[in-house]
Amino acid sequence: MNQTLNLLVGVAMGLNLLALGSSRLPSVIRTMAVQGVVLGVLPLVIEQDFDWLVALVALVTVAVKGFVIPTMLRRAMRSANIEREVEPFIGFVPSLLLGAVGTIAAVAVAGALPLLPEHTGTLLVPGALASVFTGFVLMVGRVKAISQVCGYLILENGIYLFGLLLIHSTPLLVESGILLDLTVGVFVIGIIVDRIQRAFDSLDTRKLTVLRE
Amino acid sequence: MISILQIILRLTLWLLVAPLLPGIINKVKAWVAGRQGPPVLQLYYDLARLWKKSVVLSTLASPAFIAGPAVAWVAVVGAAMLVPLGPAGGGLSFKGDVLLLVYLLAVARFCTAWAALETGSAFEGMGAAREVSYAVLTEAALITAILALSVQTGTVVLDSMLSLSSGPGAVLLAAGLFAVLLAENCRVPFDDPNTHLELTMIHEVMVLDHSGPPLAAVLHGASVKLLLFAVLLCEAVLPLGRLTPFAATAALVASVAVVTVSVGLVESLLARFAFRRVPLLLTTAFLLCLFALLLAWKGGAP
Repeated sequence: MNQTLNLLVGVAMGLNLLALGSSRLPSVIRTMAVQGVVLGVLPLVIEQDFDWLVALVALVTVAVKGFVIPTMLRRAMRSANIEREVEPFIGFVPSLLLGAVGTIAAVAVAGALPLLPEHTGTLLVPGALASVFTGFVLMVGRVKAISQVCGYLILENGIYLFGLLLIHSTPLLVESGILLDLTVGVFVIGIIVDRIQRAFDSLDTRKLTVLRE
Repeated sequence: MISILQIILRLTLWLLVAPLLPGIINKVKAWVAGRQGPPVLQLYYDLARLWKKSVVLSTLASPAFIAGPAVAWVAVVGAAMLVPLGPAGGGLSFKGDVLLLVYLLAVARFCTAWAALETGSAFEGMGAAREVSYAVLTEAALITAILALSVQTGTVVLDSMLSLSSGPGAVLLAAGLFAVLLAENCRVPFDDPNTHLELTMIHEVMVLDHSGPPLAAVLHGASVKLLLFAVLLCEAVLPLGRLTPFAATAALVASVAVVTVSVGLVESLLARFAFRRVPLLLTTAFLLCLFALLLAWKGGAP
């Protein structure tokens, strides 16, 4: 069980790197979607015996993070006619290196945390911290609003990974509430992106600091 | 006596099978493009033809121009002899042979670059400069991948390092090593083996002035290196040691074929990257291997 779990978390960590290194918006969105699917499958791996509730959470997570949210982002991109290039504040190689340093730090920090005995052999906590850090770097280091949304979603993936530690004590209501919030958030951002595009002729967030009549 | 016979057999296998891989890649590319393409055995014909030709020497070149490709070929074949072949194990297995493998590959690269500089041509110097500057990143990735395998299995012997799977980092290691394979063998998206524009070539421009038998040695050495990396990638990822000898051999052959076909597919579906984007891709490959190392270190043994 731990072997498969670690393999999947490892894949998610690799996808963090790809998200930091890719220079096209569609590939960032795709990376984020694949990561959502990989993490959505995790509850099924953690749970030894099959449980309807957990299966439902996994199914809904995969559907929302892997398909609904990426589709909405792609639609927003298409309707707002955004260029596909990612414009970085922090260059690609520096942000990759930052992400790597963050991951190494996450692994080091997780070793020092007092975890439950059943979680010590797994990579859940390092993976969660690394994803949160990657999300931060993407949000701070990219110019366009869509790539910042992707950063936010990767950050949320990290928080979700952290939440898996408590899978037995978190009620289904909280999980579904988070997913609903996320969907609505992305939905609203899709509308806002369209508005920003119309008002400023660009999605460059640097231009949003200037006040206009 | 048996061991000498075994080594000769193994050597023959490496030398004879290697030129098949570029043939398969070219066939896949032709198939994707809807052409018939050259026969799969084309490289064998080319090697036989080149072997009969005479050598054209530049007046500037020192004997190293001939010695370079020869030494590089011997080094690559020597490295290939170290790599275990599934259940048959390594030909010359000893403690620390993995370090020898890395250094033999480096010697081969040094000799190719040296022979390229011997011609005094500006283009070849440029190609050599590119080759060694990419190598800085690919070697780091390769060494990190080897470290990950070594941490995972707790040995420095290739034979036992490669017989188990690489644990939680297997997927990352596979992705990283595949990128290393493409970069080390000068394949798309790092270099285009088919281009005829000296300004954009890397490996091909280094060997532009070679002719006759030395060129045959260069071409054959390149194909052995491709086979070497394909075998290394497959054995690093698949747990061949847990299968029966027959199944392991079948799995190895099948996975090498899959890797070869996917190189062909990558080559047909991707364009070569701009030079400034290559370091980014190689850094990603290096970090993927680094993460595999982290996972091997923290994720525990299988």
